[in-house]
Amino acid sequence: MKKKKAEHLINLLYIPAIILLILFVIYPLISGIQISFTNWNGYSAKYSYVGFENYKKMFTDKMFYTALKNTLIYGVGSTVIQTILGLAYALLLQKKFPGRTLARVIIYLPAMIASLIMGYICYFLVQYNNGAINDIVILFGGTPQDWMADGKRAVWIITIINAIQFVGKTMIIMIAGLQGIPDSYQEAAAIDGATYLQRLQHITIPLLLPAITTSVVLNLIGGLKLFGIILSTTSGGPGYSSHSLSTLINYLYFQNQNAGYSASVGLFMFIFIMFISIFVRGYLERKADELC
Amino acid sequence: MLNRKKSDYVKTLVAGLIILFHLAPLYILCNMSLKSISDTGSKWALPKSLYFQNFITAADVGNLFLALKNTLVVVVFSVLIIVMISAMAAYPLSRLVSSTNKMILGFIVGIMMIPQLSILVPLYKELVAIKGINHFWGVIIVSATFNLPMAIYMYTNFISSIPKELDEAAMIDGCSRLSVFYRIILPSLKPVTASVIIWTSVGIWNDYQFQLYFLQKPKLQTITLAITKFFTDSRTDMGAAAAAAIIVVLPTVLMYILLQKQFVQGAMDSAVK
Repeated sequence: MKKKKAEHLINLLYIPAIILLILFVIYPLISGIQISFTNWNGYSAKYSYVGFENYKKMFTDKMFYTALKNTLIYGVGSTVIQTILGLAYALLLQKKFPGRTLARVIIYLPAMIASLIMGYICYFLVQYNNGAINDIVILFGGTPQDWMADGKRAVWIITIINAIQFVGKTMIIMIAGLQGIPDSYQEAAAIDGATYLQRLQHITIPLLLPAITTSVVLNLIGGLKLFGIILSTTSGGPGYSSHSLSTLINYLYFQNQNAGYSASVGLFMFIFIMFISIFVRGYLERKADELC
Repeated sequence: MLNRKKSDYVKTLVAGLIILFHLAPLYILCNMSLKSISDTGSKWALPKSLYFQNFITAADVGNLFLALKNTLVVVVFSVLIIVMISAMAAYPLSRLVSSTNKMILGFIVGIMMIPQLSILVPLYKELVAIKGINHFWGVIIVSATFNLPMAIYMYTNFISSIPKELDEAAMIDGCSRLSVFYRIILPSLKPVTASVIIWTSVGIWNDYQFQLYFLQKPKLQTITLAITKFFTDSRTDMGAAAAAAIIVVLPTVLMYILLQKQFVQGAMDSAVK
């Protein structure tokens, strides 16, 4: 019995981690719930409770709806591009050929750059005067565009920048998944006369589903939380047309002195992302079970 | 062996195009950083003459070396805390599998779902209350805490793959659980520690959100903040802005090129299975 007790003592080793997480994640989360029921402006000592006012406001606020819609585009759009492109890259770069390693290295490289800075770099590409993309447009006889002037187009451009920056991570996860599929499966199917596309559809993708699930969930969470690129390319503009929930929280708190409302949008974002990722993960895992 | 498959050439060609596509933004960046303001040709055209003055302007105006130092302080101390606390925490969580410990691991991994920004307001308020704003320790402790779940997850996965028989043999020889941890587990954690260090240090190096809010004094500015100045103030000296971006991006990119294998391993270790 004594030995058993001593065993449990090593549980003390995780106490420091738990204390930190409670102090700097759980406590703020709970106090955020409290703040979301107030009209606190973010700095003064005085504030009063306003009940569900902030939440009611949220569901009638056009700015909030725009941000919510954009957040979905950032999340789902990036995920679709990253999954398709990442899978294509993985299939191409799975087997050895000259240039394979270099391609893998370069595709993953942009993930090393802060997304804020990536946004600044891409500003050189999409800017109106002398922008690199407009240079190409002019070369082919087109009229240069102010790419970020239209909010809807800006949202898609930001989505594409984000997807391309982080497609390397998807590629790596997919390559790891592909390596787990025995060659004999492919060979057997090839002997039976299955074409490349048939093999892709009936062998590779079903067996790759666990890897696809992992990368879809990661990309979805990453896209739904998108912040840096938006801030550095449009800061949510023109007007509020390219805000995501993340940049809206930032805007409401630091520019609009509306901390109470900002805290309620923050809580909404947390619950929203949690539900979407649990739902998508569950769906894909069920799909994998059905197929195997 | 000499008759290389024809499809290989096609693949190499396609890979080459993909490489060019992904390098284009970085090519433009390097190009810009070497052009003087008077060089107003296409962004794709090579500079008429190399203009290194941009880098000097960037370093001077942006105080980039101070910013690099500040960032390094934040990264090094955060990573130290992360590695110590999460390696410790992972040991009981992966070896003593009780229902309580399973719940605790679930709780820790679940915390990864909480976006930094969703608790921005209360966290800022808390740091004001404990006087952690405009001190390195404030941002260090918060950055470390937010990276703990991932690090603990990576360590528990790794320790679970070390055979339990090793622990048991040592315990039969009279080792206590604690000395098993120090003598057997800790020394074998090197590969996963490399992954954790790489993964969390790049993350914190590139972090913007915490550093933006918690370090507002110019003296404490980190790189991501220092560079913002070049791109928001009037956006005139784009050459210096590009040079500043290169200085800031170079350390992580070089690290990545030197330690590719570890980075790829880290990317896989951190993918939640």
